[in-house]
Amino acid sequence: MAEIERDKLLDIYTRTMKVNRTDEKFRELLMQGKVAVMYYCVRGQELVSAAAMAALEQDDYVVCTYRGQGEQTAKGIPIEKWWGECLGKATGTCKGKGGTMHITDPDTGIMVTTGVVGSGIPIANGLAMASQNSGDGKVTLVSFGDGAANIGGFHEAMNMAQLYKLPVIFLCQNNRYGEHTAYADHTDSVDISSRAAGYGMKGIKVDGNNVNEVYPAMEEAVAHARSGKGPVLVEAMCYRMMGHFFGSDFSYMPEEHLAEMAAEDPLPKLRKVMLERQFTEEELDKIVEGINTEIDAAVQHALDAPLPDTDEIYKDVLEETA
Amino acid sequence: MAEITMTQALNLAIDEAMAEDDGVFCLGEDVAAKQGGGVFKITSGLSEKYGENRIRATPISETAIIGAAVGAALAGHRPIAEIMLMNFVGVCMDQIVNHAAKLRFMSGGQTPCPIVIRTTTGVGVGFGGQHSDMLEAWFAHVAGIHVVTPSNAADARGLMRSAIDANDPVIFIENILCYGLTSEDPGPGYRVPLGKAAVAKEGSDLSLITYGRTVLDALEVAGELAKEGISVEVIDLRTIAPYDEETVLASVNKTGRALLLHEAVRPFGVGAEIAANIQEKCWDKLKSPVRRIGGTFSAVPFATHLEQAWIPQKSDIAAQIKASVGKA
Repeated sequence: MAEIERDKLLDIYTRTMKVNRTDEKFRELLMQGKVAVMYYCVRGQELVSAAAMAALEQDDYVVCTYRGQGEQTAKGIPIEKWWGECLGKATGTCKGKGGTMHITDPDTGIMVTTGVVGSGIPIANGLAMASQNSGDGKVTLVSFGDGAANIGGFHEAMNMAQLYKLPVIFLCQNNRYGEHTAYADHTDSVDISSRAAGYGMKGIKVDGNNVNEVYPAMEEAVAHARSGKGPVLVEAMCYRMMGHFFGSDFSYMPEEHLAEMAAEDPLPKLRKVMLERQFTEEELDKIVEGINTEIDAAVQHALDAPLPDTDEIYKDVLEETA
Repeated sequence: MAEITMTQALNLAIDEAMAEDDGVFCLGEDVAAKQGGGVFKITSGLSEKYGENRIRATPISETAIIGAAVGAALAGHRPIAEIMLMNFVGVCMDQIVNHAAKLRFMSGGQTPCPIVIRTTTGVGVGFGGQHSDMLEAWFAHVAGIHVVTPSNAADARGLMRSAIDANDPVIFIENILCYGLTSEDPGPGYRVPLGKAAVAKEGSDLSLITYGRTVLDALEVAGELAKEGISVEVIDLRTIAPYDEETVLASVNKTGRALLLHEAVRPFGVGAEIAANIQEKCWDKLKSPVRRIGGTFSAVPFATHLEQAWIPQKSDIAAQIKASVGKA
């Protein structure tokens, strides 16, 4: 497999750290009691989101879930608006009416963030259908977890996407837990990607903690979908290093699982690859510092931002109320 | 002017919208020529004209159908999704209620969802409990959706064009027993605005407020009662939600009496909502309690005589009107 180009690798690193620093900052604010909102941590899954977004074009469509911070920030959503929305402010992407589980920013291709497990999968087909009908050349990537692979809509959407050869990438971030239930307790099949064969679809299973595997796989999937050959189901193996949502107990994770997950942490592994590819510690630290500064400013902006007007509850219900 | 059936009216409206806007497309089970142009032939002849991408025959996958419609709408297209029979909406309620209806609001107005969900239903054809229900109240209870049903062919043509024009989801309910009804063709480009009721018959003693197939029953009963000197005004809502409150209240303020009639079951129905609103807003003008008639509160039965007994009876409509005007 060809080496990832240096510029692309740096791009992936930057996106990964943006996701990670956003996650760390969010947990810090929650711990300090500065904000009190639902937040679904992405610690451990940063690289998968970053690699996937780095494989897309800026105007490609993305559908994600309540655990979608990774896709959102890595795709390039303006972070002041992102933080504004997460804090329920008028400056948010959705004027504070969507919230952490419903971030939408069509300008950067974040078309839907659903709070219902698996519901984004059929919607991704529609975005792709629009591209197929109009010939605009876009692909749609929908991200979801292993838990979502067991909802009926997954099956319906896989079959339909393959039938029409829709330009969709189904990215299953297999983080080994569906809410609080371990993979082996919700699914008996050895993996999710092998289900692709049952639909006549291309399936790829990849180590989501290894940039040299996950990025080329995403690139291959995107190229396949964009060429008109049809959808791809990519299963990126990763770990959810926290509970289902911030603050939720995850003592149910066995010792061995925790040890395995610590050993596979994608961040030190990525850092190692960067150093091997002749990026310097200093250079990498500087990137992270820049991200931290940007995030701090965005958080402060959001904290200082006005609340939405109360009459927003009557607006945007139907066009007549816009 | 030529006469058209409701089936032709719907087909013509979809055809002309597709001709005008490349973003309009249909998807649903059996809708293309290969499958006969839809189980009730509404999309007949259209796949030959617009191709199979714009008349997409789908697998039997209601969640995937509505999900795809939602996604295409977010990309700026105007999908017309067919859910063959209204009871099957139970399979895809998450996509309709949690997504189509709410995405405009939850995105702060960024992602409106202009989709038309066509669906067929109706009591009186012997389809039994899972193919007959009128479920409009389920959708009327959700903010962010228009619910529409025509009672005649001309309105079907005009309402369908307006539904396709609308920048929000529309549940478009077609009653099986109305497909064969004929009207004078209102012609190309005809539109009936959403949210506007029709006064199907003027009257002065009581407002009989209904929609869909039961408009026919209402007009028949009103005609009979006219012979007995009772003047019934028949309001055809056409749009069930958000409904034309102005026309309804004006009528009740004039007549002082109201009877709500629908084929859907009575408890917690559309009639209950409108009746409550009338009591609040027309209290000073009311001369008798607002009454409601709906289908029997059970599953729709199969045997013909049971099914006929289940449906709101014309004799009951007449009796309720007479009781209301004090001529029982």
